[in-house]
Amino acid sequence: MEQPSRRRTAAAFAALALVLMLLLICSLNVGSISLSAGEVLRGLLHRSGEHAAILWELRLPRSLAGILLGGALSVAGFLLQTFFNNPIASPFILGISSGARLAVSLLMVGLLCRGFLIGSAGMIAAAFAGAMAAMGIVLLLSQKVRQMGLLIVCGVMIGDICSAITDFVVTFADDANIVNLHNWSRGSFSGISWDNVRVLAPVVLTALALAFLLSKPIGAYQLGEGYAQSVGVPIRRFRLALILLSGLLSACVAAFAGPVSFVGIAVPHLVKGLFGTAKPLVIIPGCFLGGGAFCLLCDLLARTLFAPTELGISSVTAVLGAPVVIWIMVRRRLRTDERGS
Amino acid sequence: MHEFLVHTDGLTVGYRGVPLIRDITLQVRRGEILTLIGPNGAGKSTILKSIIRQLMPLGGTVYLDGRDMSGMHERAIAQRLSVLMTDRSRPELMTCGEVAAAGRYPYTGRLGILSAADRAKVHEAMALVHAEALYDRSFDEISDGQRQRVLLARAICQEPEVIVLDEPTSFLDIRYKAELLTILKRLVREKQIALILSLHEIDLAQKISDRIVCIRSHAVDRCGTPEEIFSGGYLERLYGMTAGSFDEHYGGIELAAVPGPPRVFVIGGGGSGIPVYRRLQRQGIPFAAGILHENDLDCPAARALAAQVITEQAWQPVRPQTIAQAKAVIDHCAQVLCCVPAFGPLNDCNRLLAEYAGSRLTAVTDST
Repeated sequence: MEQPSRRRTAAAFAALALVLMLLLICSLNVGSISLSAGEVLRGLLHRSGEHAAILWELRLPRSLAGILLGGALSVAGFLLQTFFNNPIASPFILGISSGARLAVSLLMVGLLCRGFLIGSAGMIAAAFAGAMAAMGIVLLLSQKVRQMGLLIVCGVMIGDICSAITDFVVTFADDANIVNLHNWSRGSFSGISWDNVRVLAPVVLTALALAFLLSKPIGAYQLGEGYAQSVGVPIRRFRLALILLSGLLSACVAAFAGPVSFVGIAVPHLVKGLFGTAKPLVIIPGCFLGGGAFCLLCDLLARTLFAPTELGISSVTAVLGAPVVIWIMVRRRLRTDERGS
Repeated sequence: MHEFLVHTDGLTVGYRGVPLIRDITLQVRRGEILTLIGPNGAGKSTILKSIIRQLMPLGGTVYLDGRDMSGMHERAIAQRLSVLMTDRSRPELMTCGEVAAAGRYPYTGRLGILSAADRAKVHEAMALVHAEALYDRSFDEISDGQRQRVLLARAICQEPEVIVLDEPTSFLDIRYKAELLTILKRLVREKQIALILSLHEIDLAQKISDRIVCIRSHAVDRCGTPEEIFSGGYLERLYGMTAGSFDEHYGGIELAAVPGPPRVFVIGGGGSGIPVYRRLQRQGIPFAAGILHENDLDCPAARALAAQVITEQAWQPVRPQTIAQAKAVIDHCAQVLCCVPAFGPLNDCNRLLAEYAGSRLTAVTDST
C-alpha cells in the first residue's frame, strides 16, 4: 500500500510542478505584446531585447505574485477547512477576505486623502487586522451557532457587509489613484510591482513553511478535536496558530489582489482528489503548487479572453471554481444519504 | 510505581463552571477494568472527559500513576493514556491503517513520519483487534463495528497504560459487542493495562468489570465488585425502575407482571414455562405459575412475570400444604397449561395438579 501511494504522490507533485512551469511560461509569453519562448528566455536571462522591461517590470512580478497568492489562498482555505471541519470553509466564504479588504481600503483611502501612499508592509498589516477582526466575529458566532451551515451563511453575510462598505469607500474616494483602487477592489493581479513582491514573498513563504510544520497536528485534528487532544496536541495553542496563519495568508491575498473567490475551496478539494489523500504533509505543498497554477491560469484567462479589456480575477475563478464547490456539496449529500439508508 | 494507575481525589466535574458531580473518588489498578454505570444523563461521560482532560475539572485532582495530571505535559500523558470516545468523526480519504496509525502521534517526530517500528506497532494493534484485513480499506466505507475496532487499534498502538472508553459497545450488534469486550478483556490480561469505561449495557458491565462505580443523581452512589453491585435489587433502585424488573443472575430485563387475579395456571419447570409466561404477559393475561422449586430455571422469570407463584424450598420434597395451595389457585383459573412433557417421580406433585385440572387442562408443546 505504501509503495503505490508514494509513487502516486511523486507523480502528482511532478505533474503539478510541470503544469505550473508551463503556465508560468505562458503567462510570460502572452499579453498585449506576444513574445516567443526564445524572446522570453533571452529577456529573462540577459535582461536584453526590446521587451525586457515588459517582462521584468510587469509580467514577471505579476506572475510570481499570482503563484504566491494563489498558493497562499489555497493553503489558507485548507487550514480553515481543517479548523472548522467543513469542506466549504474558505477565507472568501467566511468573510475573512472581505474584512481584510475593508481594512486595506479604509487605510488606503484615508492615507491618500492626506497625500500619503501606503507601503506593502502597511497593506499587509492593515489586511491582517481586518482579517483578524472578521475572523473574530466568525469565531464568536461559531460559539453560538453550532450548526456549520448557519455559520457559513453568517460568514457570507459578514463578507457582504464588508464588501458593501468597501465599495462605498472606493466609490467616494476622490483621487487620481482611484483607477488603481478600482482595479484592486475588483480583484486583480495587475499592478503588482517588485516592491510588493519583495515584501509579499517572505511573508507568504514563512507562513507556508510554518503551516507545513503544523502538518502533524493538523493531521491529528482531522480526526476530531477530542482525538487530537488525546494524543497530545496542545489544542488552544494549535487553534490559535491555525487562525493566525490562515488570517495572515488571506490578508496577503486581500491586500495585493483584492477579492479572489472560490480558489480556497476548489483547489484543496482538487488537490486532495489528485493525491488521493488528505494528509497535510502532502496536501499543504500540493495546495501551494495547485493554487499557484490555478491562479496563473485564471489570471491568464482574465488577461487574454477579452483583451485588451481585462476581466476581474474573481470572474474567472468563480466560473472555474464554483462548479467544483457545487460538486463537493452534492457528493457530500450523496454520501450522507448512502449512510442513512 | 503507584498502587493505582489512575486515581482521583475529591474530583468535581461539570460544565462551564457549574458543578455536576462533586467529590468523586475513583481508583483503578493495572490489569483492572473499572466501569461506570448509571442512568442516562447522570454524568458518566462528564467524569470520563474530565479524567482525560477534555473538560477541565472544577475541583480535586486526577492522578496518573501517582502524578497530578494537571502538571503533566500533553505528550507525556498521551504516551500513557489513550481514549475511545463517542464523537464520530469521519475523516475523508483515510484508510483504516492510516486512522490506526494516528495513534503513533506521541512517538513520531516533528512531521509525524512513521518509522518501520511504528508501522509494525500499527500492524500488531490491527491484528490484536482482528482488523488486519481492513488495513487498506477506506475508513469511510466500513461498518460501525469495524470502525470501532479500528479506533480501538488506534488507542492500542498509542501504547497506553490506561485506556478510557466512553460507551464503546453502544450502536454495535451483539456479535460486535461480544467481540469488542473479548478483545478488551484479553488486552487487559495480556498487557496489564487498566481500562476505565462507561457502559450502557449493565449486563455487560456485570460480566466484564472488576469494579463498578454507580453514578446516580449527580453523585457516586455506590462502588464495588459486580457481586456487590448486582445484589439485593440495587440496580432497580439505581436506575429508578418503575416498571418491570432486572434479573441480577442473568442480567436480563423483564417487563412488569400483569396484575389481577390469575386466570390461567401454568405448570412449568426446567425452563419449559418461560416462553409460556412471556406469551401470557404479552397478551395481558394474569396467570399463576407452579409448582416450582426455588432453584428451578423457571423460577426467576415466573417471579418477574406471574401474578402469583407457588414455590417449594429448594432440594425439598413438595409438601402437601403446597399442593393444596396450588389446587386452591387452580380452582379460580379458567385454564391450566401444562408445559412439562413428562412427569418424573420427583415431579409427581405437578402430575397431581394436571389430573386435578381435568377438562381445563391443555398440554403445551414446543410448537404451540
